[in-house]
Amino acid sequence: MPIFVDRRLNPKDKSLGNRQRFLKRAREELKRSIRDRIRTGKIADVDSEHAVSMPARGTGEPSFSDAKDSGRRQHILPGNKHFAPGDRVPKPGQGGGGSSPGKTVSEDEFRFVLSREEVLDLFFEDLELPDMVKLNLKEILSFKPRRAGFAATGSPTNINVGRTMRNSHGRRIALRRPKQEELDAIAEQLAILEAEPQSAAPARQRIAALREELERLERRRKRIAYVDPVDIRFNRFDAQPVPNANAVMFCLMDVSGSMGEREKDLAKRFFVLLHLFLKRRYDRTEIVFIRHTHEAQEVDEETFFYNTQSGGTVVSTALEEMHRIIAQRYPSNEWNIYAAQASDGDNFVTDSERCIGLMDGQIMRLCQYFAYVEIIDERESHIFGTTDNGTSLWRAYSVVNQRWPNFQMSRIANAADIYPVFRQLFARQPVLQKSA
Amino acid sequence: MAIQTSKSGQTSKFGQTGKSSQTSQSGLLFSGSDWDFKTLSRAYEAIEAIAIEELHLDIYPVQMEIISSQQMLDAYSSVGMPLMYRHWSFGKHFLYQELLYRKGGRGLAYELVINSNPCIVYLMEENTMALQALVTAHAALGHNHFFKNNHLFRQWTDASAILSYLDFAKGYIARCEERHGVAAVEAILDAAHALMEQGVFRYRRPPKLSSERQREGVRERLEYEERSYNDLWRTLPRSKDGTKASGTDLGIAERKKTLNLPEENLLYFLEKNSLVLEPWQREIIRIVRVVAQYFYPQRQTQVMNEGCATFVHYTLMNMLFDRGLISEGAMLEILRNHSNVIFQPGFDDPRFSGINPYALGLDMMQDIQRISTEPTAEDRDWFPDFAGNGNWRETLLDAWANHRDESFIRQYLSPALMRKWRFFILADAASEPHYEVASIHNERGYEKIRAGLAQSYDIGASRPDIQVVDVDLLGDRQLRLEHKVKNGIMLEEASRDAALRHIRTLWGYEVSLAAIDAQTGGTLNERSTSQIGE
Repeated sequence: MPIFVDRRLNPKDKSLGNRQRFLKRAREELKRSIRDRIRTGKIADVDSEHAVSMPARGTGEPSFSDAKDSGRRQHILPGNKHFAPGDRVPKPGQGGGGSSPGKTVSEDEFRFVLSREEVLDLFFEDLELPDMVKLNLKEILSFKPRRAGFAATGSPTNINVGRTMRNSHGRRIALRRPKQEELDAIAEQLAILEAEPQSAAPARQRIAALREELERLERRRKRIAYVDPVDIRFNRFDAQPVPNANAVMFCLMDVSGSMGEREKDLAKRFFVLLHLFLKRRYDRTEIVFIRHTHEAQEVDEETFFYNTQSGGTVVSTALEEMHRIIAQRYPSNEWNIYAAQASDGDNFVTDSERCIGLMDGQIMRLCQYFAYVEIIDERESHIFGTTDNGTSLWRAYSVVNQRWPNFQMSRIANAADIYPVFRQLFARQPVLQKSA
Repeated sequence: MAIQTSKSGQTSKFGQTGKSSQTSQSGLLFSGSDWDFKTLSRAYEAIEAIAIEELHLDIYPVQMEIISSQQMLDAYSSVGMPLMYRHWSFGKHFLYQELLYRKGGRGLAYELVINSNPCIVYLMEENTMALQALVTAHAALGHNHFFKNNHLFRQWTDASAILSYLDFAKGYIARCEERHGVAAVEAILDAAHALMEQGVFRYRRPPKLSSERQREGVRERLEYEERSYNDLWRTLPRSKDGTKASGTDLGIAERKKTLNLPEENLLYFLEKNSLVLEPWQREIIRIVRVVAQYFYPQRQTQVMNEGCATFVHYTLMNMLFDRGLISEGAMLEILRNHSNVIFQPGFDDPRFSGINPYALGLDMMQDIQRISTEPTAEDRDWFPDFAGNGNWRETLLDAWANHRDESFIRQYLSPALMRKWRFFILADAASEPHYEVASIHNERGYEKIRAGLAQSYDIGASRPDIQVVDVDLLGDRQLRLEHKVKNGIMLEEASRDAALRHIRTLWGYEVSLAAIDAQTGGTLNERSTSQIGE
């Protein structure tokens, strides 16, 4: 006689621990894979799941095994149709892994999916974000409960007394629950009759009838409750996302020859992070890419990061282009405008003056926030330190920085330097949320 | 019947449907595709009764466990055992299996059976009742009988102790992780896993799993030794008449004798003789070794094990149907699943992925049945000892008990079956640009095909043969390994180097591996860890 055990209710995810161990082990490789994805993929794609291929290093399980390309062996196969001993069969094409027929996909070549959480974890890792910031960015959206009608179920704290009593009243009328006044009236009558001295039979009959009536009414009152569970109504709440307005994010970048792969990669991570920040705060974020050399143009993301253009560097053209697009498509009363500019700081000296003028005169008035990052060589980082001395654009923007609190500028030599640029932006966030 | 549920309050729900009383009136074991515990139990009892009465099966008591697909995936990734220690490689396997399953690339098994006493059978909750009956016959009777009676399992594994041993292993490794850190434990496990194939005794019987109490005693003693270790003893001057003559041949022979060399079980050797391992590291190696040893018989008996289970379920289901216990609809579903399981495409079919052990096993066993009941002249020629004896049950029971794949094929593969399968041999020399058809299913080829096929199921012959041959513990402590190269088949270089690095981790000193040609005895090449680098 067999014993049956129902294991379906046992805790699931017995393999979760092993999965985490595996990811930890493969961490370096996965990080590289994510970084490649950021380099090649779209900015908005970071905030989603990723399929990654099985990292080859660190997760191999070696053992002694035979080399496929040596020695003599025999294959015993079923399904001979026309072969006779001595027949020769050409081997399948080189590079197909060859000698063993019927090969299967190896376990080390498969791709698997990392969750959004895991992707962000890996992305944040060398940005050195404070934990609170990470948590905040990983949260999906904030919700606020909104009144949404009534429900027959709910928690006692949400009872709607008015609605409940109205239901109760209606039911009492419909079922003809005896009122207190009726009872009182009969009781009073009874008291009067009983108070009179002993009288005739009709009076006694009346007393008996009244008693019976009183009893009947009382029984009915007990059966039909004053407030019945069916009367109770609760306030219903819907979780509604906090209303957020639209935001547009301008990415400005110098694409002249002096911006190399490393500079563009850092700039891209900077843009990705800003996008993550904005996406959390606004329902809808659009991204506008403006690249410039000595002239500026709006381009798509692909061109922005991968096409190079030769020419000099005139930063003000980008600012003018940005201003033009704002005027055309993003009126500042409907849109929150954010701008992020990445550059190596080169500019014509005369143009820097013009930039100050543009910023002061128009752009900073329109923008919620303008972040400027200057990407410098790692070797230069300790020379420049925090001095205001620097490239011509840096000196020009230093002036702007003093006048406008919503302007932020920073030098970036490696990924860990990116976050400080956002510190102010993030610090303002809790206040904004409360007011929303 | 004992219904045991892991949460109380479930028991009352099962086994009180009106439907079951109707079905018992019509004589059917079940109708419709839904199952409940009462029907499962009734089906099991009917199947078991027939199995014992008609096939004379002899089985361990059965414990059936119902699991969900998620739990089946979990079981897949921990090498099919209900409990297992933690390791990242299981996470990797899990991701892989999950991916295949999600994409529909591979269905999950309907059942999983564990060689333990009582025999644990996992049934998937999604199975229909007809499928549950099929799976019950397959696993709870077929596999179960094989586990209990096949000599390999009887001799080499200890069905009653494996679960408690794994429980101990899981707890022990978790404790080691707490005390020494996950990374340190992982390093040992990685290295030991790399040597799992070389961590079994192929020819001599492994020592019995010691009982819980003995293990406890050993551990206590180790702890005592750790506690009472006194460094002072090390500083005592050595006695003067210690062995000096280590260079002479006599010394080498003596040394090999004391270390029991050559040794084929690398993990065993490292566990016992490594100079750098701590007691807990030895225990971990031992755990990996025991698990490898436990699975060794299973790998040698794939065709027989699956063939036996498939033969049993096919025969039993037909008997049930003949007795009117299963409806035609259910039988049709069972046959459809059965034919999926034993599907064998030809070598040139895109779906071909080697010989299906279910198909080959079933065919051979049905062939034995045919030979003993209605043999042809050819069969009498080839199998004089049982052709026409009319007693196919005893013949099969005997084969199941006393063979592994290699010997089973060598003894029982008949020319008729070779013709049916249209077997042929393809000779493959790495130096040639083409294969050559060496033999086909004709009079001259039968013996060769049979020997060749048997050979391909001989794990001892098809796995790289690597042994510890020498080590001078008093000298440079270099561990010398030898790989016997058969038919010129060398080791894959990248994985060989990685595996050698792992051995170095466990041994602590230099390790070298020499490739020796098995025929000529000449050295083909030699690789040592000093050449590999980190």
